[in-house]
Amino acid sequence: MKSVVLLPQNHNPDMTTLELSAILAAASICAGFLGSLTGLGGGVVIIPLLTLGLGIDIRYAIGASLVSVIATSSGAAAAYVREGFSNIRIGMFLEIATTLGALAGAAIALRVAPSIIAVIFGCVLLYSAYQTFRAPPADNENVPADGLATRLGMNGSFPTPGGLRSYNVRSVPAGFGLMALAGVLSGLLGIGSGALKVIAMDRVMKIPFKVSTTTSNFMIGVTAAASAGVYLNRGYIDPGLAMPIMLGVLAGSVLGARFLAAAQTRSLRIIFAITIVALGAQMIFKGFGGRL
Amino acid sequence: MIDRRPNDHRMEHLIGNLLRFGVIIAACIVAIGGAFYIVRRAGTVPHYGSFQGEPEFLEHVGQVLKAAASLRSEAVIQVGLLVLIAVPIFRVAVSIVAFLLKRDWLYSLVTVIVLAVLLFALLGGMV
Repeated sequence: MKSVVLLPQNHNPDMTTLELSAILAAASICAGFLGSLTGLGGGVVIIPLLTLGLGIDIRYAIGASLVSVIATSSGAAAAYVREGFSNIRIGMFLEIATTLGALAGAAIALRVAPSIIAVIFGCVLLYSAYQTFRAPPADNENVPADGLATRLGMNGSFPTPGGLRSYNVRSVPAGFGLMALAGVLSGLLGIGSGALKVIAMDRVMKIPFKVSTTTSNFMIGVTAAASAGVYLNRGYIDPGLAMPIMLGVLAGSVLGARFLAAAQTRSLRIIFAITIVALGAQMIFKGFGGRL
Repeated sequence: MIDRRPNDHRMEHLIGNLLRFGVIIAACIVAIGGAFYIVRRAGTVPHYGSFQGEPEFLEHVGQVLKAAASLRSEAVIQVGLLVLIAVPIFRVAVSIVAFLLKRDWLYSLVTVIVLAVLLFALLGGMV
């Protein structure tokens, strides 16, 4: 199968550690930068890049990606917290679902063939691209109170230019279920599953978008830490590979956050979505061909 | 219900800064280990195309720390990665204290469950 995107066809098997580290660092900076500008995270780019572009086994790629997911999520927490949007109770309650899901996902990843993981990864990429083109999030104003969410003390408030705005939360069980799925995907694929987490909170639980995105960021790091623990114990995290990737993605996402205010994200998201479709299609084809 | 938000917010602010600090420390350890790793391995050819898994000394928390103490560069990087994994875990642990101080027993329990899952994963529970 020919590569359809701008990636080198096959990685040179004689590449030295120095060369490979330099390429990985450069690629990771780009992935972190784009991931932070588009809000899709670095993981969705870095794994196809490593597997399709450099011929690295997907299990090593997942381990390295997870580490960079933790770095960007925790590094960004300070900025989000300052704004006062995230809801720790909602986050913590749903963490039960995402961490248990992540353990299950990591356990599945240890047992299924890499080509199956590649196909699932490709499908998630295609779905993420589709999600990029969907209508902007609902405002979720005037949501009626829900018995369970109220008993769990999840309703809250967040600052707006016109003062504190309070909000109600709905459909806790459905949100919890979707979060478990987000956790499974995170553990299985080594990504943050931020998009799915936001859908669960914003569309299903009717939490205001800003609260959803910031709470999701907090949850991503905790979910990825659960998966990373399992991968580490199973020898899936290679320090030589994770080093340039973690440092690169972190640097790229810091840069991305700086540029975010000024950037034209609409056209950028479209370009990014097209790239993701191409990568996703390739992951699926190669996965079915047993070539990953 | 009393509005506890301002208090929550100050706590969150502090936690956020601690997290960032933790990430910086982790990145520094990884970078230092990485520099030694590159210097020592620059010309060698790594094989990531086929999966072999890591050697024992890079797999478990105890062994990683032991190997790092004898300054093996891979293990030093791995310690940095462990610090990084510990950052969100630390955040959950701090939240337990915060919920306990507020006498919020339900969420103290919720948070303890999350912490237990995380420690189970990190310390090598059989999954």
